[in-house]
Amino acid sequence: MASSFTRILSSKRNVGILSVVGGSVTAAFLLNREHVSAGVPVRRIYPASAEYPDLRKHNNCMASNLTPAIYAKLCDKATPNGFTLDQAIQTGVDNPGHPFIKTVGMVAGDEESYEVFADLLDPVIKERHNGYDPCTMKHPTDLDASKIHSGQFDERYVLSSRVRTGRSIRGLSLPPACTRAERREVERVVIDALSGLKGDLTGRYYSLTQMTEKEQQQLIDDHFLFDKPVSPLLTCAGMARDWPDARGIWHNNEKTFLIWVNEEDHTRVISMEKGGNMKRVFERFCRGLKEVERLIQERGWEFMWNERLGYILTCPSNLGTGLRAGVHVKLPLLSKDPRFSKILDNLRLQKRGTGGVDTAAVGGVFDISNLDRLGQSEVQLVQTVIDGVNYLVECEKKLEKGQDIKVPPPLKQFK
Amino acid sequence: MSQWVIFDLFGFPYRTVLMKTNGRRYCQKPFKCEELERLVVKKSDNYVRQRGKYGAAMPFGNTHNQMKMNYSSDQEYPDLSKHNNHMAKILTPAMYERLRSKQTPSGFTLDDVIQTGVDNPGHPFIMTVGCVAGDEETYEVFKELLDPVIEDRHGGYKPADKHKTDLNPDNLKGGDDLDPNYVLSSRVRTGRSIRGFCLPPHCSRGERRMVEKLSNEALDSLTGDLKGKYYALKNMTDAEQQQLIDDHFLFDKPVSPLLLASGMARDWPDARGIWHNDNKTFLVWVNEEDHLRVISMQKGGNMKEVFNRFCTGLTKIESLFKEKGHEFMWNEHLGYVLTCPSNLGTGLRAGVHMKLPNMSKHAKFEEVLKRLRLQKRGTGGVDTAAVGGVFDISNADRLGFSEVELVQMVVDGVKLLTEMEKRLEKGQSIDDLMPAQK
Repeated sequence: MASSFTRILSSKRNVGILSVVGGSVTAAFLLNREHVSAGVPVRRIYPASAEYPDLRKHNNCMASNLTPAIYAKLCDKATPNGFTLDQAIQTGVDNPGHPFIKTVGMVAGDEESYEVFADLLDPVIKERHNGYDPCTMKHPTDLDASKIHSGQFDERYVLSSRVRTGRSIRGLSLPPACTRAERREVERVVIDALSGLKGDLTGRYYSLTQMTEKEQQQLIDDHFLFDKPVSPLLTCAGMARDWPDARGIWHNNEKTFLIWVNEEDHTRVISMEKGGNMKRVFERFCRGLKEVERLIQERGWEFMWNERLGYILTCPSNLGTGLRAGVHVKLPLLSKDPRFSKILDNLRLQKRGTGGVDTAAVGGVFDISNLDRLGQSEVQLVQTVIDGVNYLVECEKKLEKGQDIKVPPPLKQFK
Repeated sequence: MSQWVIFDLFGFPYRTVLMKTNGRRYCQKPFKCEELERLVVKKSDNYVRQRGKYGAAMPFGNTHNQMKMNYSSDQEYPDLSKHNNHMAKILTPAMYERLRSKQTPSGFTLDDVIQTGVDNPGHPFIMTVGCVAGDEETYEVFKELLDPVIEDRHGGYKPADKHKTDLNPDNLKGGDDLDPNYVLSSRVRTGRSIRGFCLPPHCSRGERRMVEKLSNEALDSLTGDLKGKYYALKNMTDAEQQQLIDDHFLFDKPVSPLLLASGMARDWPDARGIWHNDNKTFLVWVNEEDHLRVISMQKGGNMKEVFNRFCTGLTKIESLFKEKGHEFMWNEHLGYVLTCPSNLGTGLRAGVHMKLPNMSKHAKFEEVLKRLRLQKRGTGGVDTAAVGGVFDISNADRLGFSEVELVQMVVDGVKLLTEMEKRLEKGQSIDDLMPAQK
């Protein structure tokens, strides 16, 4: 705003001088240089009712909560970075959703989005996170891995264990809204911090723009490489702009701690290993996260966090812990049992195929992970997964022996 | 912690730096807008307070553009090292620096113009344009970039050149006698934009709906053989949809990343639709890649009739808009203004589907087309293959020639290609028929 006004002012000064000297033709010419020529109407401005999106065929959390009144209240607002309501909801407008799966339908462009658009985001968060009310409740953060018990699974059934979350750098816009320079700044800050990791966390960064063919192939074989998003849910939100500029993957030499830079969030942090030692995976996860946090704080940065919403990420579905702790586990008999879904529900777990979300299970092997993200701490969620998976493995063993299994009582949600 | 505010030469707050007391930088944050407003209002009574509590300009005004100014031009300049499109060839870091603080009155910025070109590096053999316009003023405000892009794309069209518009079908010589044994169908299409509204990459839902409403009102008033009906994409019944698919009229949500990256597919299918006359020979697409795409077509080789209907329909639609106080975006340098710089001028593509099984295998096919200023496509349109030796042959140019001139080129060129095909069928040579470069 400042720069264009200074330009207008300065050109008007020139106009003043030249009209004295050169007359009105010159003045008109100079005026037209910066502005639309006279006679062309300025862009119209419409009332909120004319701009309100048509959400009648939509089934996502945003569409369920965006009333015309809320739209009218928020549509003129923007965050200090200039992110607007229309930008926040664009992905939900463009992707009506699926009749059986309810997507969130909106994203945040920066930390302030959760304040400026609270009238819409609070009910969306409440709906998505099973009743967690951001206005009244507080989110607990707990990254003390020593509190975990029974974290070693039966490795005849559990093939691999993994914990992932995301972190955003405070002061920089999120992927839907960030400029190229901001995105590059995120990359710089993160890899600067990661270069300070030591011991079993020592590792290396592979930038997507500069990767060699050989490195690329290695990362694909390790199942580490992420590619440009194809899901319209992500591309419509603007996260894939300027791909692959400032995107990359960092991993430690042992290939057990991995960080994605500038994919769907500023950073996605993943700790994983083959086998069933979830306690060790989580311990490394917590240690690595705390180290990274300390390293960025040394340099004057911090993560986006507040006590209402926990860690702030792009998608409201990942607020709180942003944590998905999961295992690949063989459950051929249990998965065919009609009570499987109910058991998972009560244990507050979800199943996915071995390719991740939206894939099928292969060979009776399922990806089992926590349902919740917000309202419970990291330790609580990982413990839920551990207890739940242990129970599932017990059920599988019972079914193998021909014994019957019981559906467990539903777990209490917010502790 | 101390806060340093840096003001630019004219006394406007430019950037702020927060410093920890030990001298380490905490983070470089832009002003929270309440502070900006407080300082600016104090400094200048001329500051026009625009709508929006947080400093947003008009709806879709780009406060964000000013936030980018906190970073240097080098930090923001896109990485175009692997790119091969017109924009990437022309946009130097120095040009980026000069243009990046500008925006059109509706808030369209340089980064908006080039986003599609940044996201789509291009193809080693095909040169895409790599930029789009968000409104009519884009071509003025970002002249420094778009003039050379236009010059490159449109065969040397200079910034001072004038474009001639000629929609008088009487000026077309011949064209009613293309051999129907070879020419299966004839088609002419162009686009039009309604002045005062933003173009598809930038328009709001309200604007897009207004474009649809105005177009509907105009098209509803057409009479005679142009009388027809509008089918809104979101209200279509299954039966209507199937019929439109069978007629090859229905357009679908764009899948090309070239279009998606520019933002044209936002809010699909809101305010999009297809209008066609009862005879199914005159068709208008509303809010696809442009405000309006106007198509006249029929089976057989009577290009004159197709062009006649095209001109009559377009002229009628234009006058209907004028009655309501609207006009098409047009100026004497760029002709009709459309979203993609490649469609400026006439925006016209006149073409036929014709059988050229022998000609297409001839070594000189490409050369002949080039000299005739024609291009070939497959029968599915751009980026498709020719099926059964049937090609889509159309004019290669859009800007710098009038509509009549372009259709004349197609008519004359198709006649010559038919001659050549007949010769090759009989096993005769076509060397004496080789045309000069037009």
